[in-house]
Amino acid sequence: MNKILKSLAAVATACLVGSAVAAGGGYPLDPFPTQKLTQQPALQNGAKLFVNYCLNCHSASLMRYNRLTDIGLTEEQIKKSLLFTTDKVGDPMRIAMRPADAKEWFGALPPDLSVIARARSSGDGSGADWLYTYLRAYFRDATRANGWNNTVFESVGMPHVFWEQQGSRGATLAEVKEIHDEDSGKLTGFVRTIVEFDTNGVRTETTQPLDGLKHHASRNWTLGKPVGGTLSQAEFDDQVGDLVAYITYMSDPTAQKRMRLGVWVLMFLGVFTVVAWMLNREYWKDIK
Amino acid sequence: MTDSSKPVDNSRRTAIGLTCAVGAVGGAAVAVPFVSSFAPSERAKAAGAPVEVDIAGMKPGELKRVEWRGKPVWVVRRTEEMLSTLDKTESKVADPDSLRTAYPTPEYAQNQYRSIKPEYLVVVGICSHLGCSPVEKFQAGGDPSLPGDWEGGFLCPCHGSTFDLAGRVYKNKPAPDNLEVPPHMYLSDSKILVGEEDNKA
Amino acid sequence: MAQEKHIESPGPLTSLLGWVDQRFPLTATWKAHLSEYYAPKNFNFWYFFGSLAMLVLVLQIVTGIFLVMHYKPDAAMAFASVEYIMRDVPWGWLIRYMHSTGASAFFVVVYLHMFRGLLYGSYRKPRELVWVFGCLIFLCLMAEAFFGYLLPWGQMSYWGAQVIVNLFSAIPFIGPELAIWIRGDFVVSDATLNRFFSFHVIAIPLVLLGLVAAHIVALHEVGSNNPDGIEIKEKKDANGVPLDGIPFHPYYSVHDILGVAFFLMAFSAVLFFAPEFGGYFLEYNNFIPADPLVTPPHIAPVWYFTPFYSILRATTADFLLYWMLPFLAIFALLALVSVRNLLARLIVVGACGAMILGFLVIDAKFWGVVAMGGSVMILFLLPWIDNSPVKSIRYRPGWHTYVYAVFVVVFLVLGYFGTKAPSPMNELFSKIGTLIYFSFFMLMPWWSKMGKFKPVPERVTFSAH
Repeated sequence: MNKILKSLAAVATACLVGSAVAAGGGYPLDPFPTQKLTQQPALQNGAKLFVNYCLNCHSASLMRYNRLTDIGLTEEQIKKSLLFTTDKVGDPMRIAMRPADAKEWFGALPPDLSVIARARSSGDGSGADWLYTYLRAYFRDATRANGWNNTVFESVGMPHVFWEQQGSRGATLAEVKEIHDEDSGKLTGFVRTIVEFDTNGVRTETTQPLDGLKHHASRNWTLGKPVGGTLSQAEFDDQVGDLVAYITYMSDPTAQKRMRLGVWVLMFLGVFTVVAWMLNREYWKDIK
Repeated sequence: MTDSSKPVDNSRRTAIGLTCAVGAVGGAAVAVPFVSSFAPSERAKAAGAPVEVDIAGMKPGELKRVEWRGKPVWVVRRTEEMLSTLDKTESKVADPDSLRTAYPTPEYAQNQYRSIKPEYLVVVGICSHLGCSPVEKFQAGGDPSLPGDWEGGFLCPCHGSTFDLAGRVYKNKPAPDNLEVPPHMYLSDSKILVGEEDNKA
Repeated sequence: MAQEKHIESPGPLTSLLGWVDQRFPLTATWKAHLSEYYAPKNFNFWYFFGSLAMLVLVLQIVTGIFLVMHYKPDAAMAFASVEYIMRDVPWGWLIRYMHSTGASAFFVVVYLHMFRGLLYGSYRKPRELVWVFGCLIFLCLMAEAFFGYLLPWGQMSYWGAQVIVNLFSAIPFIGPELAIWIRGDFVVSDATLNRFFSFHVIAIPLVLLGLVAAHIVALHEVGSNNPDGIEIKEKKDANGVPLDGIPFHPYYSVHDILGVAFFLMAFSAVLFFAPEFGGYFLEYNNFIPADPLVTPPHIAPVWYFTPFYSILRATTADFLLYWMLPFLAIFALLALVSVRNLLARLIVVGACGAMILGFLVIDAKFWGVVAMGGSVMILFLLPWIDNSPVKSIRYRPGWHTYVYAVFVVVFLVLGYFGTKAPSPMNELFSKIGTLIYFSFFMLMPWWSKMGKFKPVPERVTFSAH
């Protein structure tokens, strides 16, 4: 019995370590400042940013406006400052843009954001981490129609809505690729390609073969320093943090309530377990 | 069922009692969310939200119909003539002072004309008998299904109940109650909000 | 009940009970299955999981009833209706999380319950039918989970259903038509959703309830096994009560309440603090509405199906030719020399020969489905392939414990790799795991009787607590 349990424990640990190591292979995600999730000023600022910057193209059709009373706003405040797409505070956050138009203008229908923070979670990080990194990872790319690209979501159709606040910046992509012989498929060498975008998005590419076979394939983005933004890097990060806090709340509005209730439930069950243990002992003391 | 010949010792009884008590508390606590889930959801409450009625363009004698909580609500702009009929129907109606409590009349409508302002009647257009929607019969006389001294009001086509121009039900009709006055308030002289009352009044 | 003797005047409740008992075996049933059903007194931790499985079944049914009040089984409305439950229905989020956590909890509990059977030989004569009903319950549970998983209509729901229904298209000749018939359409669509809703909400639950009743009735007919694997009914006292037996009620009803308390703590900890459980209980991709035109980059079945999914993926042409073919050849040889009955020998060797031929003629895709199905169906055979002279692991040779440990590790490893994208390491380990999994069962007639067995005690081992 013990031997079985020991082997099980060994395998379980191996699995946990294994799953931590297995990454998705994308741009590394920055950790989202989770303390914002319980700060009402951050959530309210995020709601304001969401309604002003996101709701033009993205619907959040499963979220009702009057739900915002959760984060400390009154219905009057919601009606006065946040109701743009409807006049009833009980209505969901829909947009007026038609899906067919959206596909034509942006290449794809901007997804509904109601549960986006839950959908974007992965082994690499939480959905909030993804959103937080994504919104801050734009760089200039003159080859694209809207002039912007993103290291977290390459060739994304969404423009950089916060370009005024963050400013413009370039990025560098360093790739090491394998070269295989066309006929035999054998590995014959490596080549390094460096693609650079400057702060105006002008693209330059340099390719350089590498000596020998002691290399491995890799793909790494490096973002440049933003210039010309109205906010400093720290201020911009804070603003995006507020927005992502709101979006994360919106994806799971009952999260905080659930955890608070959970504490009480577990305390009660602890008491119940003690009582059940006493009852069990009462009866089983008779059994010899 | 139980072995009643052996006395149940005290510690066992305490343990059973304690477990049952804690278990009952837990059971009640678990029941609360399930029972509450029956209550109207946010979607139902949003659909049942108050409705604004614009009365600015209404002609005298006109009836305007809006929907509130899935029911028809009538706003009637009554003329002086229509209001004068209410004295005449006073003796013919079953509950002239709207004292019955089945569909309680709000205190701002507990008067002869059953409304905040005499000029505008606001009632739910559903007969208090079995739920059909009465038809408007504002013209005095002339209709074979109505008595000769008909002053004007509403007739329910299902079982023949009649109501006067304040929505009060006539005596000896199948319907027991006056037409329900929904909670409502004036947002301005040209806008009524049906579904919400003025708390300051 | 012919005579009615008046002893002293009975109270009103007792008379009511008497009235009922004359018309319905209420007290008789209570006695036969609870207060005078004698269970072995040496049950340990592994014996909690049966009653816990019943608790989870009730939980799923009750939460399911409340979810169906608000869920819309329509492809255009399903996804939104689940979020409606989460946000707009009072306490809807709690009921939903209970149901989703309960689904995973069901499999945890059932796998542990089945493992107890493996450890103590609970499937052995005279309890073969208990085990068979249990295997049928397991099959129904998998079907129930599969049908239920389509209902939220997320990306995982949709594509998981698409892949599994397409498995049926691998059947030679009738496959593609069969897949269309199952779906009710050319792809997974609203028609599929509606019929899966019917199966999940009413068809399978009814079957499950019937099977659970049969499972318990069959068990009570022969009496429970115990960790020592000895039959307590062989030693009874003057009143016919087994010496090592204790009435289920109140001893095990009270004991199981304690088990429930522990379970509810673990269950609540997950529900309130990690209902998604790292994306294993509520998968992240399922928060994206189903899109028939875009497959998510990484589909995997829900965690409880992954061991069997690994077996499916491992069954490639290479695997069949270089791993299974030699194994079947060895197996056929073993059968040839050790199976005594001529007919049985012919059947086994003939089946192996047919399969080997089949490997060369029919696509590996079909054999993958056969392997996956076979890995579940082989459980049914357990009572007849275990040749050990003792029931319980306690009295088997020490090295048998390692065999069981390896089996558990293999099951977990197969499960782990089933959640991951294909890779060379994944493929290799899955192949090894699949071979070991099938060897465990197929070679059991031989290894289960090998080694030095320990003497089985006369009475159960029990220390007062």
